[in-house]
Amino acid sequence: MASSTQTERTATRPATDNLLEVSGLEKHFPITRGAFVRRKVGAVHAVDGVDFSIRAGETLGVVGESGCGKSTTGRLVTRLLEPTGGKITFEGRDITHLSTGAMRDLRRDVQMIFQDPYSSLNPRHTVGTIVGAPLRVQKIPTPQGIKRAVQDLLELVGLNPEHYNRYPHEFSGGQRQRIGIARALALRPKLIVCDEPVSALDVSIQAQVVNLLDDLQRELNLTYMFIAHDLSVVKHISDRVAVMYLGKIVEIADRDALYATPFHPYTLALLSAVPVPDPARRDRAQRERVLLTGDVPSPIDPPSGCRFRTRCWKAQDKCAQEVPPLRELASGHRVACHFPVEEAERTPQGRMAAQQAAAEIPPDNTAEPAL
Amino acid sequence: MTLGPVTSSTDLTTPAEEEASTVTDGKKIEGRSLGRIAWTRLKRDKVALTGGGIIIFLILVAIFAPVLNKLFGHPVNEFHQDKIDPNLGGIPPIGTWGGISTDFLLGVQPVTGRDLFSQIIYGAQTSLLIALLATLLAVMIGIVVGITAGFFGGWIDSLFSRFMDLILAFPLILFAIALISVLPPTYWYRVTVIVLIIGGFSWPYIGRIVRGQTLSLREREFVEAARSIGAGNFRIIFRELLPNLAAPILVYSTLIIPTNILFEAALSFLGVGVPSPTPSWGRLLSDAVNYYEYDPMYMVVPGTAIFITVLAFNLFGDGLRDALDPKSNR
Repeated sequence: MASSTQTERTATRPATDNLLEVSGLEKHFPITRGAFVRRKVGAVHAVDGVDFSIRAGETLGVVGESGCGKSTTGRLVTRLLEPTGGKITFEGRDITHLSTGAMRDLRRDVQMIFQDPYSSLNPRHTVGTIVGAPLRVQKIPTPQGIKRAVQDLLELVGLNPEHYNRYPHEFSGGQRQRIGIARALALRPKLIVCDEPVSALDVSIQAQVVNLLDDLQRELNLTYMFIAHDLSVVKHISDRVAVMYLGKIVEIADRDALYATPFHPYTLALLSAVPVPDPARRDRAQRERVLLTGDVPSPIDPPSGCRFRTRCWKAQDKCAQEVPPLRELASGHRVACHFPVEEAERTPQGRMAAQQAAAEIPPDNTAEPAL
Repeated sequence: MTLGPVTSSTDLTTPAEEEASTVTDGKKIEGRSLGRIAWTRLKRDKVALTGGGIIIFLILVAIFAPVLNKLFGHPVNEFHQDKIDPNLGGIPPIGTWGGISTDFLLGVQPVTGRDLFSQIIYGAQTSLLIALLATLLAVMIGIVVGITAGFFGGWIDSLFSRFMDLILAFPLILFAIALISVLPPTYWYRVTVIVLIIGGFSWPYIGRIVRGQTLSLREREFVEAARSIGAGNFRIIFRELLPNLAAPILVYSTLIIPTNILFEAALSFLGVGVPSPTPSWGRLLSDAVNYYEYDPMYMVVPGTAIFITVLAFNLFGDGLRDALDPKSNR
């Protein structure tokens, strides 16, 4: 099975190596008021001009705080949401505004794993119905019957195929997430968007599910877009990592490069916030932590220029006037910052200085741009 | 931290969670559906079961009314003047408790001496027929409007919601009296009109519940999951949403049946219910108002019939709600 898909893949793959290309992607949710005549009074800029690409067979991790638009980006890529602007290209084909009918075929290639294993499975359906639904909806021929196909899928994700007739509430969170993965795999997709697939699980179960995803990727030659807010999970599974802040990508690089030499101040702060399990190292890590003050500004009225400037200790006038473009600072390492982090700041001393500077930013300057 | 490098991938085939689903020796694994769980819960609820038993009993009585009447009663409109006490102005029946005897199980009507037992069991037919038909109509309109409003949202939702508010604010009794009194008083004509009025005005109760449930279900991830595998609106509504709406719909239908029984009784009491020769509990009550000083039992018997029926449906509906627990449907 895996090998046949592989040959098929290489045959259909276009000249470019990128499975998915996204440029200038935007999603603005309108805010309306009025009981009968709804008028638009504003918009939530959930995703505001995002560019990235995913190569076939790799995993792109997407990290950021809650509300930075990473889940929305995932839903735009799977076209569960209609983009407001920008362009999405899958296998060289523009899928930005495909009709519902045309999307149906694309669904076979792009699937999604959802965050909440309790809400993503219909409580009224058996596991067999849930995992078999994609096969039925897409009318995939199953030579040995749908039941056999579903049981193979259950086995593939490490579930007992005998549980075919069980209901979701009879399973634990980790098992439910496996059911969700089996459903996503049913159509043998090329790209799977994993929307925080382990955030709702126990830490001990998280590892099992992440390792399962890892194994499946190797076995079925899958490409993942892995959305998470947990930096260590992303580090474990990703080949490349994109950091999002307030609807924009601020830094995107190979995993090792990003974790070793972050260029964007936000990435530096984010990485320094990763909890350290080793008590011997923990104290030092805590001392060097760059703590950001204030809250993420409202996506309804994002700050001018660089969106991070209201919490950035390196912010200058230029940051409020010019939107920093995503520049390539090192090979494959792109950063959207006018004043990227320098080598000295990555040392403990430098981080201490950054920590002090970050703490001194008054939290209320998020409201009014300091010009 | 959450992921140690020590975690090998070999433990995947035997996850620690597996004990949650141990195979009972050799027996085929069969899932317990939420419906089955609700049924086991309902079986333990004695009050609800009593209510359910009474409902079944009443329905059987209504269906087999002709047979029962032949066995235990007298023809509906047969006068028994010999059972009326001529010494008291020919009004109250002979004997205590409204003339209850082995021959007349529930006594006789004052003045005419008609058998009350036959009136009550045929009255059950009228009551249940109208209430059930009206509820069926209400549920069907309620589901269609509720799902449409909740699922599609936007201006459709605003339009339908305002329409439901409008109907709930309608002076229903006045409208019913005015409409029915100008229409010809034949049996089927009246029944149809009453069903249309009761059903046509009680559906917003179901419609609102369905709309609210649809609104919350629509946001659940399994709807998005269905969309992500390429399912259309039709499939999402019928395969994903409706099975989850079944429980609240069932509960609220059981709870509007007694309201509809009472409404039918009220219309008959006001003289705009089913036409005269057809027995009706409401009309018995309104008739009894003239004689309660001489024969209180004449009022007690149909009153009790209505009371028991309404109580039984309410108790059963409450029990059903507890068993299905629509508030925490996971």
